[in-house]
Amino acid sequence: MDTFKTYETAWCPGCGNFNILRCLKKALEELGKSPYEVLMVAGIGQAAKTPQYISANRFCGLHGRALPAAVAAKIANEKLTVIVDTGDGDSYGEGGNHFMHNIRRNVDITHFVHDNQIYGLTKGQASPTTGEGHVTDVQVDGNANTPFNPILMAVSAGAGFVARAFSGDSEHLVSIMKEAISHKGYAFVDILQPCISFNKVNTFAYYKSRVYHIEESYNPADKMEALKKAMEAGDKIPIGVIYRETRPDFHEKKQILNTGVPLVDRRTDLQVVQKLIREFV
Amino acid sequence: MYNILIGGAAGQGIDTTVAILEKLLKKSGYYVFTVRDFMSRVRGGHNFSMIRFGTEIITSHNDKLDGIIALNDETVVLHKYKLKEKGFILCDGSLSAEGPQVIKLDMDKMAKNLGNARVLGSIAVGAVLKLFGESLEDVEDIMKASVKEQYLEINLEAIRAGYESVEARFAHMEGKFSDWMLISGSRALAMGAIAAGLQFYSAYPMSPSTPIMEFLASKSNETGMVVEQAEDEIAAVNMALGASYAGVRAMTGTSGGGFCLKVETLGFSGIAEIPLVAVDVQRPGPATGLPTRTEQSDLKFVISAAQGEFPRMVIALRNHEDAFYQTIRAFHLAEECQIPVIMLSDQYLGDSTATVKPYELSNIHVAEAAKADETEGEYLRYRLTQDGISPRLVPGKSRHFVSADSDEHDEGGFITESAQVRRAMMDKRMRKLKKLEEELLEPEFLGTEKCTTLLLGWGSTYGPIAEAVKGLNEDGKGEYGALVFGDIYPLPVKKLEKLASAVKYIINVEQNATGQLADLVREKTGIQCSSGILKYDGRQISGEEIVQRIRKGA
Ligand SMILES: Cc1ncc(C[n+]2csc(CCOP(=O)(O)OP(=O)(O)O)c2C)c(N)n1
Ligand SMILES: [Mg+2]
Repeated sequence: MDTFKTYETAWCPGCGNFNILRCLKKALEELGKSPYEVLMVAGIGQAAKTPQYISANRFCGLHGRALPAAVAAKIANEKLTVIVDTGDGDSYGEGGNHFMHNIRRNVDITHFVHDNQIYGLTKGQASPTTGEGHVTDVQVDGNANTPFNPILMAVSAGAGFVARAFSGDSEHLVSIMKEAISHKGYAFVDILQPCISFNKVNTFAYYKSRVYHIEESYNPADKMEALKKAMEAGDKIPIGVIYRETRPDFHEKKQILNTGVPLVDRRTDLQVVQKLIREFV
Repeated sequence: MYNILIGGAAGQGIDTTVAILEKLLKKSGYYVFTVRDFMSRVRGGHNFSMIRFGTEIITSHNDKLDGIIALNDETVVLHKYKLKEKGFILCDGSLSAEGPQVIKLDMDKMAKNLGNARVLGSIAVGAVLKLFGESLEDVEDIMKASVKEQYLEINLEAIRAGYESVEARFAHMEGKFSDWMLISGSRALAMGAIAAGLQFYSAYPMSPSTPIMEFLASKSNETGMVVEQAEDEIAAVNMALGASYAGVRAMTGTSGGGFCLKVETLGFSGIAEIPLVAVDVQRPGPATGLPTRTEQSDLKFVISAAQGEFPRMVIALRNHEDAFYQTIRAFHLAEECQIPVIMLSDQYLGDSTATVKPYELSNIHVAEAAKADETEGEYLRYRLTQDGISPRLVPGKSRHFVSADSDEHDEGGFITESAQVRRAMMDKRMRKLKKLEEELLEPEFLGTEKCTTLLLGWGSTYGPIAEAVKGLNEDGKGEYGALVFGDIYPLPVKKLEKLASAVKYIINVEQNATGQLADLVREKTGIQCSSGILKYDGRQISGEEIVQRIRKGA
């Protein structure tokens, strides 16, 4: 099919990002997306370079600020398929406030976090998801902070689609990506991704031995179950859809957006401006 | 010309009373200019408004009062000394004010007898109308537009009751302004944005910028605009940029503190060449400063905000006409040059209302995104062009990919660290300054061409400076002139350089402590101001104050 091209990257050989990129291409192609309708948005970081490596529109913004730009682009043109691909530091650290509030805003975009539990581009400092005790050049006595649980946060803040995936499980990752992109509303996927250069704790083998596919019998529509699932950690890490619920998205809730005509295709009516001017006379 | 002050505590309904009164006075033909002075609190404290009205154009507030409408004792104590000899103090019978100027009316009792204590303000409105010899002709129309239907009748009764309880003291004058608009600076700015085709406004509440968001939101369904309250100012500006990238006209507004948070994104707009219109309604800083008061101290900050170098435009809004027309122009320049355009307003301009000629829509022109020439083959978002302006496509609207990067990038928008590409891209972006310079508007000159003393100002001190120059030249000698900058960065210097060599003294008049315009002028032209009139107590300088300070030998 090859409707999407991928380009040469600047990632370290063996990085989990390669497979995330491959799976993204596959997911988009299997969904029959046209590259011209896809907008890739990122902040800054190694993960955030993803939009540079795939043939689509791209908005490579500031560190931590991918989400506000992404949702606004979607508000401006609902015909775009907007996908944010960026890092754990970017999404949960610098951009933590935007993460929390865009869950609430529920604009129809997809948010893939390449969660390597470390700051990769800046060479290995602790990220919000770095494990307790993890020693780095900065956290010399071991990371003292409690790791942030993005899944728990997303479920509790009211996200309509919350999933976890693993960069080393391609088939599963593609299917989760397809589900997330197809979900109407804000869809969030935390993708476990080994960083071979700067995270010697959470390695490929570490993840491989711990992740398991969530049981068939699990009901992702049950929020209380989802909260429990979100808190599973340690030796067994569940991957799959943890919570799913369809709620009216931003466009459906905003009267003026719910017209079928994208904002970008409309023009302000000067008659209306004239009427407003008269209101001041 | 008349001048009245209405004062009381926050929560006593001064705003509504003033809004009704100013509309009635304008409708009867007066030119009306109202300033609002209030504290950063929801209840209590002391707030007041001054309404100046007459048959000629008024551009400044003034401290000499014909009347005080006092809703509490504090108002009398604080402002009594400003009263002219023939002036009056209208207050409730229960207040302690005494003296020949005091007109006591049992407004509170009257309101309660009418059945609602909250119509006290309308009783005062009625009394003021009578005192100034006005008729009740337009009252019903104005009130219909100002109060909810169920309260209309009782308010009309209250106005009539107030009207009947006093005697006229001043004569009505016939003005020609009844068909003009009465509008606040912030609403004028918002109207300009609407006329320019604004479709997306994102902001985080912050005084004194919030009225822009509130007005746009109140008209959003009519105009088809998305007004989004962001989680913080960083989100607000990045949302505006994302929307602009995707092809809709976008704006973000705040005051200095919020602008601080937006700074990194300002540079992003610069390097990614995404049009952005950003408003800073200034208040006194630093930090939280004086939240509801006025100052012009963000000039040097906004002209240099953000790391790195990139072309930007800064427009200082001078009055309620500028606020409309220059906002439209801001959108035009942002799109034409693909740059951030910053508009500086302030609390004085934003919250004051003035009478303006109905805005003219026939000459509105806002550039469309620079088209891509399909014959050139591959679409390059950052194509190196002669004027530095590259074709700007919108994502999803063609068979091309549109990129935006905060990293340095090549013509195709791919990240690069090549020294050669870096130079080419810096040069390309900086070339846009040339185009911008061609578009610059010289400052407005006021006074007489043969003047020997030249005042320099920018933004909202325009009105007070205009009144001061008129006053200073009343002796017929024509010694005074002024240049007031609207476009302020890049600084237009032609008129200034010409005049500076001809005058003896140059005095900068600014609402800040360090003379930021004087600094900028010296940096760009070498011209040194002889002295400065600087005010930084959070209260706007008046025309009369400028005259006094010059007479004292500023
Ligand atoms: C405002 C700002 N602060 C800091 C940085 C430096 N910085 C760039 S990427 C990054 C962290 C990257 O971590 P993450 O988002 O997890 O991405 P990764 O490289 O691990 O994929 C930091 C701190 C920056 N570019 N901008
Ligand atoms: Mg990371």
